[in-house]
Amino acid sequence: MIPFWVTLLKIGTVVGVLMTAAALVTFLERRISAFIQNRIGPNRVGPQGIFQILADVVKLVMKEDIVPKAANKTVHDIAPMISISVALCTFAVIPFGNIIELFGYQIKLLVADVNIGILFILAMTSMGVYGVSLAGWSSNNKYSLLGGLRSSAQLISYELAMGLSVIGVLMVAESLRLDQIVLHQTRYLGGWFPAWNMFVQPLGFVIFFVAAFAETNRLPFDLPEAEPELVGGYHTEYSGMKFGLFMFSEYINMITSSALITTLFLGGWHIPFSENWAVSPIALSLLQVLAFCIKVSLVVLFFIIVRWTIPRFRYDQLMNLGWKVLLPLALVNVLGTGLAILLIPYIS
Amino acid sequence: MSSNKKIIRKKDFSLLQRLYLPEIFRGLFTTFLQMFKPKITYQYPEERFHPPASFRGRPVLVEEQGVERCVACGLCSRVCPALAIEVQASETELEKERYPVKFEINMVRCIFCGFCEEVCPEEAIVMSNEFELAFSSQEEAIFGKDKLLTPAEKLKERLEFLKQHR
Repeated sequence: MIPFWVTLLKIGTVVGVLMTAAALVTFLERRISAFIQNRIGPNRVGPQGIFQILADVVKLVMKEDIVPKAANKTVHDIAPMISISVALCTFAVIPFGNIIELFGYQIKLLVADVNIGILFILAMTSMGVYGVSLAGWSSNNKYSLLGGLRSSAQLISYELAMGLSVIGVLMVAESLRLDQIVLHQTRYLGGWFPAWNMFVQPLGFVIFFVAAFAETNRLPFDLPEAEPELVGGYHTEYSGMKFGLFMFSEYINMITSSALITTLFLGGWHIPFSENWAVSPIALSLLQVLAFCIKVSLVVLFFIIVRWTIPRFRYDQLMNLGWKVLLPLALVNVLGTGLAILLIPYIS
Repeated sequence: MSSNKKIIRKKDFSLLQRLYLPEIFRGLFTTFLQMFKPKITYQYPEERFHPPASFRGRPVLVEEQGVERCVACGLCSRVCPALAIEVQASETELEKERYPVKFEINMVRCIFCGFCEEVCPEEAIVMSNEFELAFSSQEEAIFGKDKLLTPAEKLKERLEFLKQHR
């Protein structure tokens, strides 16, 4: 039995790393967007401007918190809390490493080892809509309301495609546990090719990736906060740290989505061909955690570059893509996977 | 129909183009390459922009051998669309006979149009290449003769430019 303090330690580490990483990503986003636009970006505070994060947080905390007169104050206060807590909760079931042997305990490197893993994540991401749409509604501002409405419509449409694309993975792995899904990807196809779901389920991978952009309100699908039309979208009426919480939860969501993509499709913490390496088990475990972090940051970088490349979709285009393209494709994927699982034993 | 131009919208996209993804990756590649291009930013306080001679910075009075060229005719003040220039004339023993006792430009009002420079018969007021103008009060923004007088050597480029293009 693993003692309580180990779990506490894990929670502390994950929350700490996640918050730091989210802050780091806000900075990275500014720097990379600047580079893409042939600018330099924030480079004054600290070496290469890395302490800009601290300056931003201090600024947000010191700022006056303004609540509009006509707003529903309670809901206005609760909405950012929902957003941030949901964003933080989601990461709990994602395994960031294999089982590690420390202090004589077999420790699984994930916070909550629940048997419904992936369902928990889908449920939590749907909860995130509440934060956004409540913020939009309680602000009593038409732009905020439109932003909130759009986000709920968007998230509901894309959740379907997302869930269906995951089904393919679940059928292959025969488990809802994320650590089982990762373990299943440590096999090799034909004895030499890593059986990452990215290669086993290419269609599902693409659908999930696109849906992940929509779920995190990132640029090609950032209609809830489309600046040219909606001022700031659902967080127009927020200021100070309450706005900061929304921003943080957006970036945490982005990291969580990247982690989820890594876990489901990119082999999680698995380093191909590391089984034959002559390193101690504990070093290998740490290397695997590192590999997970690298994979996640690469996906995050991809998210950022996409944001500064692709223009925003129109609302009807967004709905068309979700319902007429992604959903049927996801269904086809489920069907194809089912057929393959059924027929492959007969062929070989 | 106001214009008889026909809008041509390509309809026969190939399958690859309709799949979106290859085109998106081409776009991503373009933006990715941009990251390694040289940056066009000036690191401002350390690295400054030096405007070309054609630049219209703040207007200054040309000073030759310690005396301004200005004969206080008041044309600049007359032509100024923003009513920023105030001139008071007086007599002097020098050859030009008249000189401005008071010459003030209100830099909050100035719109940098360069009309004063164009209208001046003596080439006595020209646009310099200074553009860093920040004030903490209205009074500070009124530039008198002390701030306006600039030796002709410093304005060489601009005077040369005016000779060529006028």
